[in-house]
Parts: sequence; structure tokens; C-alpha cells
Amino acid sequence: MPKATVTFEDIDVTVTVPAGTRLIEVSEKVGAGITYGCREGECGTCMMKIVSGAENLAQPSVLEHQVLSDNLAPRTARLACQAQVLGGDIVVRPG
Amino acid sequence: MSHPAVVQPGRPVELARGVHWIGALDPQMRRFDIILNTANGTSYNAYAVRGSAGVAIIDTVKIEFADEFFARLEQVTRYDEIRVIVLNHLEPDHSGALPELMRRAPNAELVLSNRAPSILRALVRELGTEPEFIAVGDDDHFDLGDRRLSFVNTPYLHWPDTQCTWLADEGMLFSGDVFGCHFCDDRLWNDTVGDFRFSFDYYYHHIMRPFRAHVLEALDKLEPLEPRTILPAHGPILRHEPRGYMARYRRLATPELTTRGDEKTLLVFYASAYGNTARMARAVAEGAEEVANLRVSLYDLQVSDVAQFVDLIEEADGLAFGSPTLNADAVKPVWDLLSSLTLVAVKGKFGAAFGSYGWSGEAVGLVEDRLRGLKMRVPVKGLKVKLNPTEDDLEHCRTLGRELGAHLTGTARRRVIDMAELA
Repeated sequence: MPKATVTFEDIDVTVTVPAGTRLIEVSEKVGAGITYGCREGECGTCMMKIVSGAENLAQPSVLEHQVLSDNLAPRTARLACQAQVLGGDIVVRPG
Repeated sequence: MSHPAVVQPGRPVELARGVHWIGALDPQMRRFDIILNTANGTSYNAYAVRGSAGVAIIDTVKIEFADEFFARLEQVTRYDEIRVIVLNHLEPDHSGALPELMRRAPNAELVLSNRAPSILRALVRELGTEPEFIAVGDDDHFDLGDRRLSFVNTPYLHWPDTQCTWLADEGMLFSGDVFGCHFCDDRLWNDTVGDFRFSFDYYYHHIMRPFRAHVLEALDKLEPLEPRTILPAHGPILRHEPRGYMARYRRLATPELTTRGDEKTLLVFYASAYGNTARMARAVAEGAEEVANLRVSLYDLQVSDVAQFVDLIEEADGLAFGSPTLNADAVKPVWDLLSSLTLVAVKGKFGAAFGSYGWSGEAVGLVEDRLRGLKMRVPVKGLKVKLNPTEDDLEHCRTLGRELGAHLTGTARRRVIDMAELA
């Protein structure tokens, strides 16, 4: 299975993950500062900043787009409960 | 000199030329939003502003008081004169009468902060359709002919949607919950009502304090307006020395702890039945003290006051909690403190947990989960020791303290791990 890396910049930890992993599956276990509310892509609590490697995440769904828009999110923001790793290297930090 | 009531049943109160209070008094309220006590009720302040081209309604009231609100409103305007309804904050105590007001004033435009739309959709489901609205930010305004309402975005004071509305020609700042308090007094003005200083500070501490960084950002926008009157959504209207209330907010929101340069602070809390977790706590603190630019404090939770610790935690950069495990749980003094942190901002602080146990040691994991739930970072895996810690165990505690300190001071080395190690 293709591997990818996700770096949580706020705690200086890089995790090697299989493609298809959602950020939510990793960030809590590793102790990163990204926090979750509904975990279903509705509340916007888990908004994070993609520092680099945004192209290595699956495109946001219509729902995620709507929530980001409602929260006046910058282009670099994604919801950690929705974002899915495709491959390559990704660097994130709490939004 | 005694001051008579200015609020009379069913009557609006004229505050300035074309500006009326049309809210409601709720003297029976004793507990608000679960967390707030009030010794003498509250008020839901709503206002009407008349210009040459129509009327603006600023905020409404809790739904139980809608009749009172409409009775006052109808004495200052016809519904077809209402051009705009401004909601500075969508919480139900201010938006309760909104759906009915929109029915009665169908020509009025609805103005909200640009953070409010998603909240609005959930609030007015009873209308059956999503209402049209104008979402405004700092550079927006609404003209009423000869006078203008401007808007100041004040997010997180205390919801994402909160804003203030500014009536420049009268120097009036309609501030929503900001500068408000739960204090019901039919004399209405701050220089004629009873002494409400305690209520003002209490409201700040319970409602605004968790957002104090946002409070300071908002003050930077509001102070230059130099309002002559501040008209909050709860409590007395502040016409006498209104800037004093802004100064009070600034003082309450400004950190008090002074540190040297880029020094960080770590608080180590513990509760201990037989001294084992206490020894671990001392070792964690010792390890952390080896880290340069880190100021470490150690506290026994069993003999101290939670409120004082909450004050300390508000200004600390890192928190470590030591708890023994009792019946598969962390102990009450630890939970008492961890359940009292909703009053302060702890998001993004660093945290860690440790503790001695006899059988199973669940406390450490439970405390770590709570820290994450508080939106803290927990970069170092917690440490649990069965009964008496050995010297090796205490060295592991020191290592935990050193590693936590390294994260706090930005000197931690980047770790690379495989996801499988996290299971």
C-alpha cells in the first residue's frame, strides 16, 4: 500500500501513514492540537491549516466546502475529520 | 436623590432622538444558561432607531417576552416602516422574537454578522424557508436616510457571530452581550440603577473570559469610536463614563503574569493517596526545571482552592496532572479542576498526565483524553507506575518533564513514527 507522511507542525511529529488515512485517525493519537466537535464535517471545530501538500489530500466534499465557506475559512484550511490522505508529504497545523 | 423607574409596563423608553428601548425585564430569572447566577434577574434589551427613511430594530428578546417586546415596538413604529432588523447576536435570548418579527415586518431586511448564517439557518427552521439576509463585516453600513448604522465585527464575544452596531450621530454603541450583565433594574441607566459592579465583572468572568484574546482585539476596534453611550443587550445602559467599562474589560482581559523574555511556564498538579504520585510529580517537575527558559510550579490539589488554580492555569503555557487511579478513574480533586476550565482559554496549551496505580491505572489515559477534549496538545505519552515508583520510574518521570519542557520551549526534536506505533 502506498505510504504518505503527515507532519503535525505544532508538536513536531511526522507520522508515516497508508494512503486513504483520514487525518482524524492520526492527529488525536499523536497528541496534536487539532480538536474535534461533531466529527461529521458540520461544526467546523477541526478546521486546520494545510502548511504544504494540499494537493496530496482528496478534494473536499460539497458539505466540507459549505462549512469552510460559512466559517470564512482561508484557502489553506481543511476539516481534519474529512481530509483524506492520497499520498506524498503533508504538513498541517491547528487552524 | 432617588430615581424613579423609567421602564413602565407596555411603554417604550426614549433614549435619544428617535432611539427607543423596546426590550423586556425579567426580574424573576435566577439562573441563566445553566452556569450563571443572578441575584435580581436580567433584562433583554432591544432597541428601535428611527431615521428619515425608516426604522431599524436592533435585537429582539427571549421568546417568553415577545408580547412585551411587540407592545413596546408598536408604540414607536408601524411594522411597514421597519426597513431593517439587526441582530448583533443570534443566541435565543436575543433572537427569540425574530421569526414573529419577520412575519409582521416582511419588508424588513435582516442584517447579521458574516459569521452568523449557519447559526441563523438552525434558529429559524420554523419559518420553513431560509430567510434572506445581508451578512455584514467591519466596512459595511446601512443607511436609514439621515442616519447610518455601521457594523463592527467582534467574533467570539461570546459566539462566532457576535457584532456591535454603531450609530455615529448619537455616539451610541449597541454592543450585544459585550459590556452587558444580568442585572434587572427598571431605572435602566447605569447612573441611576443599583450598584451592579459585581454583576458586570461576574458576567465578564463567566461569558467573555474564555475569549480574552478576542476581547482585546475587539477593544482595539471599539475604543477609538469613543462612544457616548454603550447599549448592551443585557443590564443597564451605560451613559455615565462609558469608557470606564471598556477600560474595565481591557484590565480584566490583560494577562497579569510577567515572565522574563520568552520564558514559558509549566504547572504540575497532583493528588496522592500514599505519596507515590506525589513523588512522581516532584520528579516530573525536576526534569522540567532542567529545561532553560521554563518556570515550573508544583501544587498539591488536595489542600487548595480550585478557583485560584483556574486563575493560574489561564496564564500558564503547560499543565501536567498527576492522579492515582481509584476504582478505574482519576480522583475527584483532579476532575474538580479539570471540570472547572470552561471559564478560561486552554486551547493550544501543552498538557501531560501521570500517576501511580494499584490494579489497572486508567486515570492517566482518562486525564489525557480530557486534556485533548479541552483542545490542548498532549505531545508526550503519559506515564503510569504500579504502586511505588523505583528510581528508574522516577527517571522516566524526569524524562517526561524534560520532554514536555522541550515542547513548551520549542526545543523538541522532530519525531518520525509509523502510524502502527500509535495504536
